Amino acid sequence: MNLKIKVWRQKNAKAKGGFETYDIKDVSPDSSFLEMLDILNEQLINEGKEPVAFDHDCREGICGMCSLFINGRAHGPDDDVTTCQLHMRKFKDGETVTIEPWRSGAFPVIKDLVVDRNAFEKIMHSGGFVSVNTGGVPDGNAILIPKEDADEAMDAAACIGCGACVATCKNSSAMLFVAAKVSQFAKLPQGKPEAARRARNMVAKMDELGFGGCTNTGACEAECPKGISISHIARLNREYLKAKIKE
Amino acid sequence: MTKLNSNIPGGPIKDKWTNHKANINVVSPANKRKLDIIIVGTGLAGASAASSLAELGYNVKLFCIQDSPRRAHSIAAQGGINAAKNYQNDNDSVYRLFYDTVKGGDYRAREANVYRLAEVSGSIIDQCVAQGVPFARDYGGLLDNRSFGGVLVSRTFYARGQTGQQLLLGAYSALNRQIGKGSVKMYNRHEMLDVVTIDGKARGIITRNLVTGEIERHGAHAVVIGSGGYGNVFFLSTNAMNSNTSAAWQIYKKGAMFANPCFTQIHPTCIPVHGEQQSKLTLMSESLRNDGRIWVPKKMEDVEKLRKKEIRPADIKEEDRDYYLERRYPAYGNLVPRDVASRAAKERCDAGFGVNETGKAVFLDFATAINRLGKDVIEARYGNLFQMYEKITDDNPYETPMQIYPAIHYTMGGTWVDYNLMTTVPGLYSIGEANFSDHGGNRLGASALMQGLADGYFVLPYTIGDYLSNEIQTPKIDTERPEFKEAEEAVKQKITKLINNNGKKSVDSIHKELGKIMWDHVGMARNEAGLKEAIDQIQELKKDFWTNVVVPGTSDEFNQELEKAIRLADFIELGDLMARDALNRSESCGGHFREESCTPDGEAQRKDDEFAYVSVWEHKGEKEEPALHKEELKFEEVELKQRSYK
Repeated sequence: MNLKIKVWRQKNAKAKGGFETYDIKDVSPDSSFLEMLDILNEQLINEGKEPVAFDHDCREGICGMCSLFINGRAHGPDDDVTTCQLHMRKFKDGETVTIEPWRSGAFPVIKDLVVDRNAFEKIMHSGGFVSVNTGGVPDGNAILIPKEDADEAMDAAACIGCGACVATCKNSSAMLFVAAKVSQFAKLPQGKPEAARRARNMVAKMDELGFGGCTNTGACEAECPKGISISHIARLNREYLKAKIKE
Repeated sequence: MTKLNSNIPGGPIKDKWTNHKANINVVSPANKRKLDIIIVGTGLAGASAASSLAELGYNVKLFCIQDSPRRAHSIAAQGGINAAKNYQNDNDSVYRLFYDTVKGGDYRAREANVYRLAEVSGSIIDQCVAQGVPFARDYGGLLDNRSFGGVLVSRTFYARGQTGQQLLLGAYSALNRQIGKGSVKMYNRHEMLDVVTIDGKARGIITRNLVTGEIERHGAHAVVIGSGGYGNVFFLSTNAMNSNTSAAWQIYKKGAMFANPCFTQIHPTCIPVHGEQQSKLTLMSESLRNDGRIWVPKKMEDVEKLRKKEIRPADIKEEDRDYYLERRYPAYGNLVPRDVASRAAKERCDAGFGVNETGKAVFLDFATAINRLGKDVIEARYGNLFQMYEKITDDNPYETPMQIYPAIHYTMGGTWVDYNLMTTVPGLYSIGEANFSDHGGNRLGASALMQGLADGYFVLPYTIGDYLSNEIQTPKIDTERPEFKEAEEAVKQKITKLINNNGKKSVDSIHKELGKIMWDHVGMARNEAGLKEAIDQIQELKKDFWTNVVVPGTSDEFNQELEKAIRLADFIELGDLMARDALNRSESCGGHFREESCTPDGEAQRKDDEFAYVSVWEHKGEKEEPALHKEELKFEEVELKQRSYK
């Protein structure tokens, strides 16, 4: 396959960025999208140019490191996959492929396609845990959990923290990310004792960090590579309301 | 020999850990507050150690190369975690898990360490449940188990096909609590480039801030390396792209000896290489072999037609198929251990029967299972894996067989540690896949997660106290000392050399060359001539790298090519040591098949009289050859047997 790659280049956080277009030849349709970028970078290095910076690590769809807005969609044109699992057979020979970083005020660009997602970390520090120390806990089978609850908690816990929900939301809301964690613990007895405090603190931190509000468009669910349902946002809202009533 | 003391406690094996804990020193809460610990790596081992040590009151500085500790490659483990809970009443026990692990490791692991691992395995499950890890449950609300990797009992706990993810997120949540409290200081996007020793003790590290390029000094009373394995020395592996050996290699050069570098694990069920543009390999869970049948055609003409796509796999008649595992190993069939299944696939492909265009693939066929159980059952068991396979290959495994081929997956070798997980440098520890300790020559399925968390939650927090109890008088480490300045200067010089090299070859192109040498000569099957050739080729490649590599950009910015170049320099040197170790160990053992050491019918032949030891390599300087030390392995509980799966 031969393609035109139109990609966002930005030297660093302070520099002004812009698009550059490159031609790339002989890409195998069986290559992954990131392998296509490897080929582009190899070509740029051989021409004495600087390669395109992009985040990636596991390349099997689970670490959440890769990002990229491709042809206007978070993680590109395939459903239920991360960018690293997207394959070139989803594109047409001769096509122009436009690649941008996540666009959100809370995720500033570091370089080219790499953004700073530290705001997600700060939300987690504010309450994304059950307060237990190592040791001194009951036997695993001493806590009975109905299968349905365990399954639902697992659905929420599947979030990989990639930020596609924020990048795709017109308000740059982090509600789906926060809801996934709050909902996982809300479904489990282990998470109950500090459920109110968790919901309150995580939502307050999200607001403080400049993420927008949720207007229930459902774009986050549609673009989530792990298919996290917005029903978790409904549960977050209930948990938050309960916490506020208790105050 | 004098330098190696494994510090294994005396007494019966079942009392060793208990007695050891009773006899080692502890640090008072008031003194813990004065002590700093550096941890490098945030996988299961690093994250669990960091949170546990911070909970105890130590000041922890934690480093990872990714933008978040949650991204460490433990996250990608699919299958499960073993624990000797005996919840299924199938006669599992600490002893049975210990025995299976020593046997599975082909009798090249330390008995006392493995017993301890089995002993703490149950507590790991309890801890993870308390953190809110959503393990699979049955309808009564109790934890569910499955059997894994041909083991006779059901002791594997799992969270769908994402067990590693959920366990890591559990440890990450404990870590977040400590970061929020300020007891762990987290350094994301930081890479350790050297360790600093003062008067023979580990006292800090030199790091590079990967965003700004700044070189930083960090001091501590003890340093813990939890930086994972080195499978990426092969370029193509199931490891994450940024997984590297640099932390482990830098401590090797500062005196921490390296054990069993040639012990690497090759996983039989990975998606085959599609061509030259491939950047990494994807594992398909081993559980697929429970229902899939592995075969290649019997006739070469069918192979040729398959490659030209003139026929489909289903067109080949039953009698023209070679179910070679069932043929060679009637007792275990498709469920033989990883190393046996991998070698058998290579044997068929080397004989010319590989079923894809590259000639390096065999079929994993679910047609029989779908006929017997129905598509619904297969979908419930493997639906997510089938979907992942289809996304990558564009083939639907419900209708046509999967294609699989072995790939590098895990490294049993690593930094040598004693029973306390301390390296040969005082105050320097190594945990998780980064150390060599518990898996011997071959790791059992679902045991990597267990070991990482055992080290971090339940072993290191005790043993490090014994060392630190002698450090309570040591003030904060002064990073203005000359040892820090020298280490920083050496790191800066190396970076300057790489940036100014202005060669013609990209880092990746040289890494691919290294990978080819390693796969051809230090891979699944090895022989003396090939290993000697590999050592020569790696020496040439090292020269080529330092002469011809090009690193675009500058050192004081976000520069991924520079990161890769620094890591590749270390991979090349490690590759050399792996080849030397493989050359020395002229026996077939675990995942390591030595062609000169096999039975008349071609099966692996271990040599216990000559090689029942850990190979421990000492760095002697850039120009000198490394020195081999041997830690003899004494087996008091388990009788050594040749493995047979016929």
